[in-house]
Amino acid sequence: MLKDITLGQYFPIDSVLHRCDPRFKIIYTLIFIIMLFSGTHYWTLVIGAVFVIMAQLLSKVPLKMSWKSMKPLLPVLVFTAVLNLVFIDSGDILWEWRFLKITQGGVNTSIFMICRIILLIVGSSLLTYTTSPILLTDAIESLMSPLKKINFPVHEMAMMMSIALRFIPTLLEETDKIMSAQKARGATLDSGKMMERVKAMIPILIPLFVSAFRRAEELATAMECRCYRGGEGRTRLRQLKASGRDYIGLVICLLFFALTVTLNIILS
Amino acid sequence: MAILKTEGLTYTYSAGTPFEKTAVDHVDLCIEENKMIGVIGHTGSGKSTLMQHFNGLLKPTSGKMLLEGEDIWKDKSKLREVRFKVGLVFQYPEYQLFEETVAKDIAFGPRNMGLSEEEIRTRILETADMLGMDRELLERSPFALSGGQKRRAAIAGVMAMRPKVLILDEPCAGLDPKGRNLMLSQIRDYQKKTKSTVLLVSHSMEDVAEFTEKLLVMSKAKLFCYEDTYKVFRKAEELKQLGLRVPQIASVMQSLRKKGYALPEDLYTVEAARNAVLALLRKGAVQC
Repeated sequence: MLKDITLGQYFPIDSVLHRCDPRFKIIYTLIFIIMLFSGTHYWTLVIGAVFVIMAQLLSKVPLKMSWKSMKPLLPVLVFTAVLNLVFIDSGDILWEWRFLKITQGGVNTSIFMICRIILLIVGSSLLTYTTSPILLTDAIESLMSPLKKINFPVHEMAMMMSIALRFIPTLLEETDKIMSAQKARGATLDSGKMMERVKAMIPILIPLFVSAFRRAEELATAMECRCYRGGEGRTRLRQLKASGRDYIGLVICLLFFALTVTLNIILS
Repeated sequence: MAILKTEGLTYTYSAGTPFEKTAVDHVDLCIEENKMIGVIGHTGSGKSTLMQHFNGLLKPTSGKMLLEGEDIWKDKSKLREVRFKVGLVFQYPEYQLFEETVAKDIAFGPRNMGLSEEEIRTRILETADMLGMDRELLERSPFALSGGQKRRAAIAGVMAMRPKVLILDEPCAGLDPKGRNLMLSQIRDYQKKTKSTVLLVSHSMEDVAEFTEKLLVMSKAKLFCYEDTYKVFRKAEELKQLGLRVPQIASVMQSLRKKGYALPEDLYTVEAARNAVLALLRKGAVQC
């Protein structure tokens, strides 16, 4: 039952975007986000949309997946739209009822915000669709490595992230086993009142915690046996290498960003 | 009378995905009451998956699972009762312990059944005695016990529900030889005393030879055979092809027979073999 949960949202196919250096992909995403939020005019959104469509096509990820990542955020979208609609008071009044007032300015901002958020979600989820979680942590470690100069434990952070990611499936499997075992002893997990349900979780959570601690200890011993001493002088299995393609991507992103800034200046 | 019955039972993992795998393929079985049954099969032959059907943890993809003649999936609200009637002890059950004391952990199942406190208390004590657990252990934290004691506490938790069928998935994995024998004879005593059916999943041919009356052999998701233990061990060649074997002593006896010693067939426990060899020596048929 729990096995059906997909981990992260990595969509394993082969495409130009999948093969890109993950560090660059993070940078592209950052540029894209800044670009979206610095744009103040509808035309800048059009540029953003062109960017997203282009990336989407390059990634070969089906549009259905983007819809999947947007679905849980729909309430947020509606909420933002309603707030903007009701509270922004500028321009002609279109509709009025007691203290509620909808103005032209409000409608404009609502539409603008919705489009911006949709683009943001679709665009940035491409990062996780095209990059496996492990590569993503590697990239974050590499990008954050300058912070080592101020004694920030970059490698340790990345290691913690990879270990956490690595053990999610293991712990899910474990949970599944423990749940089956307790169900075999007549535990009811999916019925009853709120308090009963919380209580019913105890026979699952305690063994799960115990086993997580046991695994942590075993892993620590195993790491020590292999002389793990942190990031110092450690070589990697997956070397991150930037290629010409990655730089071309960077140039394209910067061009889009420049275009947005120019439009902002011209249209204001 | 048959207590458990399967009709064309089939189970497919991750149906409809590239990871699709049929773990149990059209199994027809009829398991009797009051029997000690061994379940053997190569790793990945579908033993564990089949066992999880017996108490309704898995729903067959197709086919039927009958308990006392009734399809357990006909009325889902009765599934819990099915689980009280068919107790399942998973591999390494000690990892499911969670209560503050051993007694409370054993009481978890019986309490879920809605038994009275008095009845629960009696069952805890009875079960602890059957498994040779000290009374003082019952008030200790299960996490403070040794490996073997933890295992016993977890098995007791299922035994205390007094299921009509008790399924044990490798109850001796990781125990030392002495602990194994003790555990298995305690399980046999439990079976005799409660007159229930015990299914013992095991990888040790010696263990099933000594402790079980019938054997259920699984191979590649299919039921290879379900017969009296001694009859199964007559198929030495076929077992070998399934990645199984006969108990070592049975092969020794087989070789001796081939050399012309007049030993009877069906000697698959050390005890029986010893007696047979001694009898032969006493007759003076063999010169030492």
